[in-house]
Amino acid sequence: MSVLEMRCVSRTYGVGAAEVHALQDVDMTVDAGVMVAVMGPSGSGKSTLLTIAGSLEDPSSGEVRVCGEELATLSRNAKARLRRRSIGYVFQDFNLLPGLTAAENVALPLELDGVPARKARAAGMRVLHELGLAERAASFPGQLSGGERQRVAIARAVVGERQLLLADEPSGALDSVNGEGVMRLIHAACKRGVAAVVVTHDAQLASWADRVVFLRDGRVTDQTLPVPGPESLLTPGPGQ
Amino acid sequence: MSVRHALLALLSEGPKYGLQLREEFEARTGEVWPLNVGQVYTTLQRLERDGLVESDGDGQDGPQKGFRITAAGAEELAQWLRTPSDLSSPPRDELVMKVLVALRVPGTNVRDVIQVHRRYLVELMQQWTRIKETEAESGMSLALVVDAELFRLDAVVRWLDAADGRIKRTAAEPVLAEKTTGTTQAVPSVRRRLGARR
Repeated sequence: MSVLEMRCVSRTYGVGAAEVHALQDVDMTVDAGVMVAVMGPSGSGKSTLLTIAGSLEDPSSGEVRVCGEELATLSRNAKARLRRRSIGYVFQDFNLLPGLTAAENVALPLELDGVPARKARAAGMRVLHELGLAERAASFPGQLSGGERQRVAIARAVVGERQLLLADEPSGALDSVNGEGVMRLIHAACKRGVAAVVVTHDAQLASWADRVVFLRDGRVTDQTLPVPGPESLLTPGPGQ
Repeated sequence: MSVRHALLALLSEGPKYGLQLREEFEARTGEVWPLNVGQVYTTLQRLERDGLVESDGDGQDGPQKGFRITAAGAEELAQWLRTPSDLSSPPRDELVMKVLVALRVPGTNVRDVIQVHRRYLVELMQQWTRIKETEAESGMSLALVVDAELFRLDAVVRWLDAADGRIKRTAAEPVLAEKTTGTTQAVPSVRRRLGARR
């Protein structure tokens, strides 16, 4: 099932001579359980694509469907509900609330959606446990390492019944081992059926994805073929 | 890849048989570098000739012949570990040449050429990452070998990204473009050696 469908999506900023085409005729479909990475240089439209997919911004033209719902037909409230219930976001700078503990940060989206506090906390603890952070649940963001903070941010993005995970340079300024840890978590979420779109300029992070889509000047220019099994690299080469 | 030093490293843990050395070599390198048994014995013979290993008496060559490292061998191994590999001269890189040539061939979109290579590299990286993902329990050696491949390929992707950006910027700034194509007279020697004249 397609969790995200973008059809002929364009986004233009400014008018006349100052007109900038941030996205042009972008088609992209992401099914449940699939991770797609979007690669491209700064200014190629990666972040615009993500904010439109997450209904944080409207396209100038084209159609966006999330979990089967066409965003253009939804009221402002219905869109906000879809965002709270079905979409999780991970940002480069974590965006955790400093005055709340890790567990409270993770439970927050559920509480905002009206889930009773006790139930929300239990769901939050369950995710923290799955991500190996149970013992840090009572810590405040300032007491966590960079890697732990980003894991909490991912826990917050997948808590509840989220179906679409959107991540903008999720490894931020983390070192490569912690960056890999972040990608492993997103990958694990996809194995459980979540659809994910990860925007990055880092090929090592992108290589965790099932499909890599290349953006250039607001257009999708290319994408990778399905990944063959690892045995293709581990068979002895000629002359060995 | 120095098979010679890898064998010395394995023998530094204690005496071993030839067949055992081959199996351990492959296991330690995550089976990414297969080694044939003939290669093992030829290398051991040379190491023995150079006084870096000793074998059990005058027995026949075969799987049961044992080897141990000598003091000179241990010294050679320690030296090798601390000698930086020679990375000082730029390699004659085919990909770099292709991009440079593409700039000169009329009717060629260099950025499309770059993208073909970029996609191929990212696809290769996806395959290596799958190995890391599916064989997470197979130990640190394999993870280190896979990391080395990923960093090597990543460096090439980054070079392509940088080249792409540079070409785009030069195309957008005609004055700069004219400047860079008009300097064939006084090219610094390092650029001549790299064949990077434009």
